[in-house]
Amino acid sequence: MFDSIIQNIFNGLQWGSFYSLIALGYTLVYGVLTLINFAHGDIFMVGAYIAFFVATFFLKAASGLPGWVVLTLTLPLTMILTACVGVTLERIAYRPLRRKGANRLYVVITALMCGLILENGNLALLGASRKSFPELVDKVIYTTGAVSMTNLKIAVILSAILVFCLLQFIVTRTKIGMAMRAISYDKFAVPLMGIPIDTIIVFTFILGSSMAGLAGLLYSMSYPILDPYMGALIGWKAFIAAVVGGIGDIRGAFFGGFLLGFVEILVVAFFPSTFRDLIAFSILLLILVYKPTGLFGIAKTTKI
Amino acid sequence: MQRFTVPALLGILLLSLVSLSYYEMIDLYIQSVIMFIGINIILSASLNIVNGYMGEFACGHAAFMAIGAYVTSVLNILLFTKDKFFGPALLPPEMALYFFPLTLLAGALVAALAGSLVAIPSFKTRGDYLAIITIAANFIVTSTIINVDAIGGARGFMGMKKIIYAMEDVVELPWMLIWVILSTFFTVWLIRRYVSSTYGKGIIAIHQDEVAAEIMSVNTNQMKLVAFMVSSGLAGLAGGLFAHILGYINPGSFGILKSTECLVMVYLGGMGSLSGSVLSAILFTLLLEGLRFVIPQINTLMHWMHLLPDTYQVSQVWKWVIIPLILVLVMQFRPEGIMGNKELSDIFPRLKKFYKFK
Repeated sequence: MFDSIIQNIFNGLQWGSFYSLIALGYTLVYGVLTLINFAHGDIFMVGAYIAFFVATFFLKAASGLPGWVVLTLTLPLTMILTACVGVTLERIAYRPLRRKGANRLYVVITALMCGLILENGNLALLGASRKSFPELVDKVIYTTGAVSMTNLKIAVILSAILVFCLLQFIVTRTKIGMAMRAISYDKFAVPLMGIPIDTIIVFTFILGSSMAGLAGLLYSMSYPILDPYMGALIGWKAFIAAVVGGIGDIRGAFFGGFLLGFVEILVVAFFPSTFRDLIAFSILLLILVYKPTGLFGIAKTTKI
Repeated sequence: MQRFTVPALLGILLLSLVSLSYYEMIDLYIQSVIMFIGINIILSASLNIVNGYMGEFACGHAAFMAIGAYVTSVLNILLFTKDKFFGPALLPPEMALYFFPLTLLAGALVAALAGSLVAIPSFKTRGDYLAIITIAANFIVTSTIINVDAIGGARGFMGMKKIIYAMEDVVELPWMLIWVILSTFFTVWLIRRYVSSTYGKGIIAIHQDEVAAEIMSVNTNQMKLVAFMVSSGLAGLAGGLFAHILGYINPGSFGILKSTECLVMVYLGGMGSLSGSVLSAILFTLLLEGLRFVIPQINTLMHWMHLLPDTYQVSQVWKWVIIPLILVLVMQFRPEGIMGNKELSDIFPRLKKFYKFK
């Protein structure tokens, strides 16, 4: 019993790491732009596919390479290419609308549409056949008692924590992070201070999308079946996790993702698996009813 | 006489469509397209109350549609047909004709109650938190339906066609078409009446400035509750009609994608514009159905011009790439939707003689 609890905690940590990585991207963009970037889940999907293509390319082009070399080549490339996808979306779809001063909700709808284009464009171009991700690193299983850990699981959890620390450092300790916080605080005064708004926003998208790319790579290494709709549900859930944590707050997104991961794993451990979404969302709704601004969110006062 | 022009025109439209279907001048496919246009008008106009006029961001409209669909279907199956689970019919099947509007209404009422449950958390929250609550509600409703085995669970629920056949046995008319058109008229009439009334002005006041509206003695909580209930109740009505047109429903068809379609129709038409909602629903449905025929043409054209390798066929999946692309482009060139915040009468002032839009 005790062993199974420990095992479930590790599984929850791993599952929560993916949610956290995606929720961090949501939160970054929302914090700076107050825009719900609904295409983010699909950017995660695109990241997984980019990782697949890059990895298979390296395995084919240089068949003698050991797996860890391929991985170290794939990781930065995936992050860079996924960041390019995110920035492209921002440049093509969101920026013109922002320049025109369109209603915020129209930008959200555009984001939804971009997500649909990415999903179905992928399905239409690559066909419905599921791709299986090549195994890059040999699985090492550490067992202590009845608890089994794989090296991949540990890597996933560690990378989520590292990314969180990195983002926290960037946002709170660097100049560009200060600019990001300034934009979210007052969008109109910032350009007057000589801060290039567009550059900061692009940087935000680069950060968020590369996190999604990293999540896509790790996800496809852990669950090596790719399909075009894999990002949709995970994206929605990660967004909800970010809001439960308190949207616009990096700690909130991180803990919200882990909370959702834990809740889902525990529900599956004790109930039939069809109840997973039902119970997880009900718990999140209860949290939101009691804490409307999320766990870390600060209630905003309205000036009259 | 000018007062009666619009009702007369609508009556002529109803009669002509029904008689055309009755004498089989238009085939079943075109009939079903007309019915889907009607349902989409109901969906987009009802979501426009919350998202357009009230300026909130609710994106779980399909949840209420699912509730309406399932309640109406289960009631009808329970009352009029012999079913494995629900036992023999409680009433003779001929009565279906008279009870059908009542069951539709029951579905709408249950959906409205569900809508009030969702509205209660929205009293405290602002803006994007409502989006979360509604998305979560959508997921909760669909996964609840999946977990209830009595109504078919994930396999879906069928047998609604029997109700239609029972109605057609009594009087040989295209009953579903009649009910859809009447519901559409009722919805548009109700929403126009509601929004343009003194009471309904409170919704627009909430959109402009909630705090100021509260100070000017608009009971914002009550307004939100009523707006949500009207919106979700009408969505439930649309769901009931949808279930009986198809004769088969499953929880998968009321997912986030359906909610997204509703959102798209509202924002394509323009926030807070009823004529915009109607127009965009018609356009959207025609686009969806039209692309069915256009895509094979594009396929043959591309192959004829040797732009594509012979192994690759342009499939129907491209429909869901083309439609979002069109919408993104529309948003780039008209960021306020087709109509913006205007009604038809603002563009064609002469229409005011026949119909009061506001």
